[in-house]
Amino acid sequence: MLPPLLFFLLFKYYPMLNAVLAFKDYNVIKGIWGSPWVGLKNFKLFFDNPIFWSLLKNTLLLSGYLLLAGFPVPILLALMLNEVRGGRFKRIVQLVSFAPYFISTVVMVSIIMLFLAPRLGFANLALNALGMESVNFLGEPGYFRSIYVWSDIWQTAGYTAVIYLAALAGIDPTLYEAAKVDGASRFQKIRHVDLPGIMPTIVIVLILNVGNVMALGFEKVYLLQNPLNIVNSEIIATYVYSIGLLNANYSFATAVGLFNSFVNLILLVLVNSLAKRFSSSSIW
Amino acid sequence: MATASASKKIRESAGDRFFLAAVYTILSLVLLVVLYPLVYILSSSISSPAAVTSGRVWLWPVNLSFKGFEALFRTPEVMTGYGNSLIYTVAGTIISVALTVMIAYPLSRKSLFGRGPLMMFVTFTMIFSGGLIPTYMVVKELGLIDSRWALLIPNAIWVWQVIIARSFFQSSIPDELLEASEIDGCSDLRFMRSVVLPLSKPILAVLVLMYAVGQWNAYFDALIYLKTANLFPLQLVLRSIIIQNNSAGGLMDAMKMVERQQLAEQLKYSLIVVATLPVLIIYPFVQRYFVQGMLVGSVKG
Repeated sequence: MLPPLLFFLLFKYYPMLNAVLAFKDYNVIKGIWGSPWVGLKNFKLFFDNPIFWSLLKNTLLLSGYLLLAGFPVPILLALMLNEVRGGRFKRIVQLVSFAPYFISTVVMVSIIMLFLAPRLGFANLALNALGMESVNFLGEPGYFRSIYVWSDIWQTAGYTAVIYLAALAGIDPTLYEAAKVDGASRFQKIRHVDLPGIMPTIVIVLILNVGNVMALGFEKVYLLQNPLNIVNSEIIATYVYSIGLLNANYSFATAVGLFNSFVNLILLVLVNSLAKRFSSSSIW
Repeated sequence: MATASASKKIRESAGDRFFLAAVYTILSLVLLVVLYPLVYILSSSISSPAAVTSGRVWLWPVNLSFKGFEALFRTPEVMTGYGNSLIYTVAGTIISVALTVMIAYPLSRKSLFGRGPLMMFVTFTMIFSGGLIPTYMVVKELGLIDSRWALLIPNAIWVWQVIIARSFFQSSIPDELLEASEIDGCSDLRFMRSVVLPLSKPILAVLVLMYAVGQWNAYFDALIYLKTANLFPLQLVLRSIIIQNNSAGGLMDAMKMVERQQLAEQLKYSLIVVATLPVLIIYPFVQRYFVQGMLVGSVKG
């Protein structure tokens, strides 16, 4: 039991201590603890910087879009799969829709780039075949969010649907019997038996999703980013990376990161207490 | 079973039949949308480079050719990357699974002193973290920058896996079993080896698979911690060739310009296939375990 505890102390809790860097002016020679305190200077610097608002806007718009579009899809998928009784068709759909989950972020972005390439990409070949002009999808900032969100749905909907399918399988069969006796149509059955049955699961997944609003996946955004679409694709996480690791501005980047973690924590607590009030399910 | 479905068919109203038909249609569309890009990439990787670059591949391979793969095997970066990824996956999975079991099993025992606070200690890291830079500084202080260990240790335990494993141990290895063994004079280590591990094969399979896929697909840690190209995993090589469009150096000097460009384009499809196929081939056989793992995890413990 000791090695794992050491792991958590060293790689999870020690960094939290190190985060005091945000309140200091980091000096390589003096080290983290020897560097002078500067109070909230780094935070002030960040909030006064015009980029703060654009980062916040980009982060929230992207994750808001992802939440709105991405949240219902797996639920619908699971409800539909649940209507299909057994059989090979159901198994195949499940198997195939789950598969993209195993594709790595790098490969996912590679596929996106090959499909949307300005000259030879599949999307533009198709547009040309229909007699339309080519579009430089990844160079247009306006397309960035849609590309991110819909590729994400393509990749994860089948995986998330499995969670809902499990919840659907746990619904008391006598409820279906009762619905049948009452002459409910398939649609009514979904509305009055399925949906209420998986509501606790929906709420929990929602909480987890909202809790991740600020912790948007750095990896994919960073890989999809290019100088042309950066006005919409620079989010807090990618900014921390470029300021901190590429420009070695440690203190400032730590402050930005810390701000992000805090907003995230507050959001999570907020959503959880809301869920507790309006339904019986919460994550703690 | 057969009679039940037959009687259901009779009761099915016109509206229901229409509804079901719509469901089947939409699901078929979903199937198509998910499957098409995958088939397209596979087909492109085994078509002739000329056919790929002139956009003649739509669904099936055109002018079957394995030039892309041949070129791949002659590219040293790719082969080194492949080897590295294998090392990271095997070593990383062993370390991760061992550490996860070491923390998850004690947490599943009610007799553990300070169990509640310990669980908090572990799960809190899920919702709050020091951030990228502070973590980077720790790794740097430990002298792990630019070493293989940087990819194996700092992210070795995923809290989610600990939770899944703990729920499994809790539900399938009852405390009574431990008591019985203790009465028989069985030591804790012996109990672990001859009772717990044999009973835990399903959860071990889940852990191994999840960590292995995670390691194989990871690139972020390599991006920030590694500097020497010889240590790069495949994903990082992939990123450099496909996303940053650095054509694999020195491999095609002898060829004519046009042919070279065509091949460079097709190489990308072959690379994607090579990097993804191992996982996608194994996946249908182990899907059962994945689903199982997720189900265990969704049981609140």
